[in-house]
Amino acid sequence: MPVARTRSVALLGLSGSIVEVEADLGSQLPAFLVIGLPDAAIGESRERVRAAAANSGCPLPARRLTVNLSPATLPKHGSGFDLAIAIACLAAAGRLDAVSAGAVVHLGELGLDGRLRPTDGVLPAVLAARRAGVQRVMVPTSNAAEAALVDGIEVVGVASLAEAVAWHGGDVEVVPVDAVLAPDPAEPPIVHSGDLADVVGNPEAVAALIAAAAGGHHLGLYGPPGAGKTMLASRLPGILPDLALDESLEVASLRSLSGLGVGGLSMRPPFEAPHHTASAAAIIGGGGRLIRPGAAARASHGVLFLDEAPEFPSSVLDVLRQPLESRTISIHRASAIASFPASFQLVLAANPCPCGQWSPKGESCTCAPSVKRRYLSRISGPLRDRLDLELWVPRLTSTAASGDAAGRVSSAEARRRVELARAVAAERYRETPWRTNAEVPGPWLRGAGGMHPGHRATAAIDRALERGGLTMRGYDKVLRLAWTLADLDGAGLPDGDHVGQANVLRKAPQWVA
Amino acid sequence: MSHNAELGRLGEDLAAEHLEARGFRLIERNWRCRHGEIDVVAAHRACTVFVEVKTRASERYGHPFEAITPAKLARLRRLAAMWCEANGTKAGPARIDAVAVLARPGESAVIEHLEGIG
Repeated sequence: MPVARTRSVALLGLSGSIVEVEADLGSQLPAFLVIGLPDAAIGESRERVRAAAANSGCPLPARRLTVNLSPATLPKHGSGFDLAIAIACLAAAGRLDAVSAGAVVHLGELGLDGRLRPTDGVLPAVLAARRAGVQRVMVPTSNAAEAALVDGIEVVGVASLAEAVAWHGGDVEVVPVDAVLAPDPAEPPIVHSGDLADVVGNPEAVAALIAAAAGGHHLGLYGPPGAGKTMLASRLPGILPDLALDESLEVASLRSLSGLGVGGLSMRPPFEAPHHTASAAAIIGGGGRLIRPGAAARASHGVLFLDEAPEFPSSVLDVLRQPLESRTISIHRASAIASFPASFQLVLAANPCPCGQWSPKGESCTCAPSVKRRYLSRISGPLRDRLDLELWVPRLTSTAASGDAAGRVSSAEARRRVELARAVAAERYRETPWRTNAEVPGPWLRGAGGMHPGHRATAAIDRALERGGLTMRGYDKVLRLAWTLADLDGAGLPDGDHVGQANVLRKAPQWVA
Repeated sequence: MSHNAELGRLGEDLAAEHLEARGFRLIERNWRCRHGEIDVVAAHRACTVFVEVKTRASERYGHPFEAITPAKLARLRRLAAMWCEANGTKAGPARIDAVAVLARPGESAVIEHLEGIG
């Protein structure tokens, strides 16, 4: 058969599309051409495929082989097409069953010895194949566990090209080889093991953290060094509810695309804490041709923690504004537009001033007022505007530090409360696209959705709005937070107390001005 | 005669037999001019065919066809034009073929034939 075809997957961001890999065997002098917008890595696959085929006991015929990756206008990247190209060529040469080859999606990079090497992005590629109705996918052995996380598609793991050819009915001697193993999946950057009960004193901060978790609210933590901001933030993932299956697949897909490896499906929300020297591309994702996700995308369905937020370049912080609004990240390049999910919960931590010693009680801060003002203004107004909760975390006094452990809340208990509150909210938003209070837009809160808690409860903030002490956006934030507090209390509707408490929690601390 | 020249001669004989068996009428073998040599000139269905024969005793240095480089092909085209001029051949269809002879010692030779390679 002079023409044979098989399939593979091209990834753009998190979305994949099926690529037909056609091979034509022509009666011409030996040549090997790959066309259809391949990048440099695919161009080099000619050499890998030729050597791998020869070393697997089924050399490519000494003829002109033309491989076309179609749709030909879609840019394709990476070495994951090697296996598909080799299988298509060998099918065209009649070395294996072309019908069998045509029905399977092939992913994997070839070594010169014919062994298959793991590639990045297998999980999103297999998800895309399933979406396209593919029934079977062939991947390197070391990616088989990752591919098998996807239900409803048969995964064939092969260690070498010879094994793949034999599977398709080709007549080759299969020499057992040691599969090339993927490096161990990188550990998530911060362990979630810290328990909320470790937080000594500061019950207001703990309550606010639970509220942030329950409503999915973005959170700002301000306080002197050593007050426990980082400690609080790192306990947030621990009190978030487990991920749903599709969310957890998305989290794993993003890790796979980042080349971090996927050990198994984790139901715990991710936690990303990029250092303040991170570039905009590291946070949001980027890359010239192959567009990779950044920390914000990897934190999707979890927590993005920016410690020492004012130390980040403001240009880096401001790239987060659009994803916070739209909950997706779009990366535009000349060749393509990639989008990644960005439904992360943002936690900012900052010192109040460069020396860090300022406090509302007027302690020994040595910074000039203008220096202090400039320091916090590095977190731009529009970004702070998106934080539903802003919290002052004071340094502990000795009496609070020796406080008894009885009043403390454990992570497990907090998580249970968060789960209950989220269930109430999810029930309320059943008919809407939202699931948490933080997602609900202002007009809906103020009446369009019949959600206004009544003017008796909101009397105080109604007055503040009238007097100009509260902006419309601030008003919405208070309402959102009040709903979360009511959900946590099991109250059907926020009352005056909830609104009052919410107003205190969201209020930009006076010291910032 | 060196080993390689002997092998080449053998290959050309085998190729000529193969061509004749396939209905080619041989016109000339080893036509030389100062620019090079054409292994076989033959006629096939009103078409003048210039045949490059490559012979190898093993595939250790690659398949015989792989030895026909684009530069070699370009030279063959020039030589073909010279042959036509020298022989006063009237304008007519012409093409270049390649024949690979893989003559492993102690085995019967494997002959492959590509038509119209450029």
